[in-house]
Amino acid sequence: MPDLTEKKTAEEIPAQRGADTAAAKPEKARSLGSDAWHDLRRKPIFVISALLILLLIVIAIAPGLFTSADPRAGDLRLHYLTKPNYSHFFQADWFGYDLQGRSIYARVIYGARASVVVGICVTAGVTILGGITGMLAGYFGGWIDTIISRVTDIFFGIPLLLGALVILNAFTSRTIWSVVFALVALGWTQMTRVMRGSVITVKQADFVTAAKALGAGTSRILWKHILPNALAPVIVVATIALGGYIATEATLSFLGIGLQDPTISWGIDINTAQKVIRTAPYALFFPAGMLSLTVLAFIMLGDAVRDALDPKLR
Amino acid sequence: MGSYVLRRVLQMIPVFFGTTLLIFLMVYTLPGDPVTALFGEKAADPAVVASIKHQYYLDQPVWKQYLHYMGNLFQGDFGTSFTGRPVSDIMANAFPVTIRLALLAFVFELVLGLALGLVSGLRRGSIQDTLVLVLTLVVISIPVFVLAYIAQTIFATNLGWVTPTVQDSRDLSQLILPAIVLGSLSLAYVARLTRTSIGENLRADYIRTAVAKGLPRRTIVSRHLLRNSLIPVVTFLGTDLGALMGGAIVTEGIFNVQGVGNVLYRAINQKEGPTVVGIVTVLVIVYLVASLLVDLLYAVLDPRIRYA
Repeated sequence: MPDLTEKKTAEEIPAQRGADTAAAKPEKARSLGSDAWHDLRRKPIFVISALLILLLIVIAIAPGLFTSADPRAGDLRLHYLTKPNYSHFFQADWFGYDLQGRSIYARVIYGARASVVVGICVTAGVTILGGITGMLAGYFGGWIDTIISRVTDIFFGIPLLLGALVILNAFTSRTIWSVVFALVALGWTQMTRVMRGSVITVKQADFVTAAKALGAGTSRILWKHILPNALAPVIVVATIALGGYIATEATLSFLGIGLQDPTISWGIDINTAQKVIRTAPYALFFPAGMLSLTVLAFIMLGDAVRDALDPKLR
Repeated sequence: MGSYVLRRVLQMIPVFFGTTLLIFLMVYTLPGDPVTALFGEKAADPAVVASIKHQYYLDQPVWKQYLHYMGNLFQGDFGTSFTGRPVSDIMANAFPVTIRLALLAFVFELVLGLALGLVSGLRRGSIQDTLVLVLTLVVISIPVFVLAYIAQTIFATNLGWVTPTVQDSRDLSQLILPAIVLGSLSLAYVARLTRTSIGENLRADYIRTAVAKGLPRRTIVSRHLLRNSLIPVVTFLGTDLGALMGGAIVTEGIFNVQGVGNVLYRAINQKEGPTVVGIVTVLVIVYLVASLLVDLLYAVLDPRIRYA
């Protein structure tokens, strides 16, 4: 168990902190955060998923590092029936060509950006929006809680996919940002509920009473005492939800109501490929596999983080 | 008990109005004019547009439209679609199909999900447990439309066990494959929830007592362990029934099931306001009633929970 008293003293007197870490003994008490990090580094599932996500982010930032082919250059002579050349590693014809003679490998690589950007931005949006509303509802209670809770109830009645279809249908040209907007507008209430529940448990803790007794203001209690201690469940739900948002974006693009050409998205490519699923299954397999792998990586990461952060499971 | 139900029903009323108002605003205030769209490429005659708008109350402010709609709704009138067909007629055709599909998927996820969760939860760390964990993880990470194509290719195209798409939705055997695809994601969640819940309850004192009393293993698992572990699973299943009906958009599209999802998808694309609002209203009612039933089921499962 982390020694809370020692951690608090170290925080209270920042000047001593340097000396404290310098003289750190191997059995020094760790905070929940560093304790979790200590656990996580030893978990193969965490290491694998974290490396996978790191690779995905690098691909999203600099797709040019992984392929020299142009994902939008279609050469109709390279018909989709030209079989993939599985020995041509990292070449344009590695995974074959799609209906318009575009390199599937290049499109799989360039498609990562839309998914990663949508996933990260939506998660950041719902965490900030839901975190603030959840914290207000949980800490202040009363009529603020009643209003915010009823609003979350209302949003819960509308399925995410359905609502997103209605909102996105209003846009004549849709970019990554319209998809992000629709998903944040509908998804924030999930985070509100998690944050609210977490804050309600934390605010009854002794250290909050102690801080109040010491005369700490509301904003100080919220930021310095409640937020850091209530954040763990939010981080877990956010990580798992990130994978879900990526899958939702792909589903919307697949249905033709998410991203549009010329944006490259795995969902759009899967939709195009399903027309030739019997003759060229690889055109569907590679974007679908990449999408599943991405979602899998985030869910595994969330699982590992939850195991590390949840003291009940120890 | 009675007063608790009454209080819950009263609490449901603002949520019902809130959710229907939200979907109403989303459908009718977002940009895009459905009436002009009816004319397609042709230039619309302003007089005709105005008359259609008047007929559908679209020339009124949104709050008046909403009140008018709600007034009709409580007399059992869901309005008319822009093609002139009553929305209740459209729903009467689509809902039975989706209910059949959703119930099949529900039974599938309930039975198999509980069984898998039980097997892995009772033997933590065994090969079966790892297998269930890996399997559910894979199912969770493969998006449903990819899963649908995989299932279609394997079971219909390659093995020829079923027809690739549903030709007659009254035939339950044709609905089995779409139902399995539809229920697979929830199946994985049910299995994982059951596993976690059983794992927690296995360490409970009452289980040790039951073992010490010398009760047969079967009784311990079914009477003591399973009943106490079911609460989180029931919570999930309750909200899932509504989600299965509304979330079947992708599955119904791929397998050509002429149910609510298909109708809804088309209606959203064609900006068929009355149809979208009507179907979503029914789905909201299903969701609210299901969550009420779940709360009442808690008391049945756990006698410690009492509703005064």
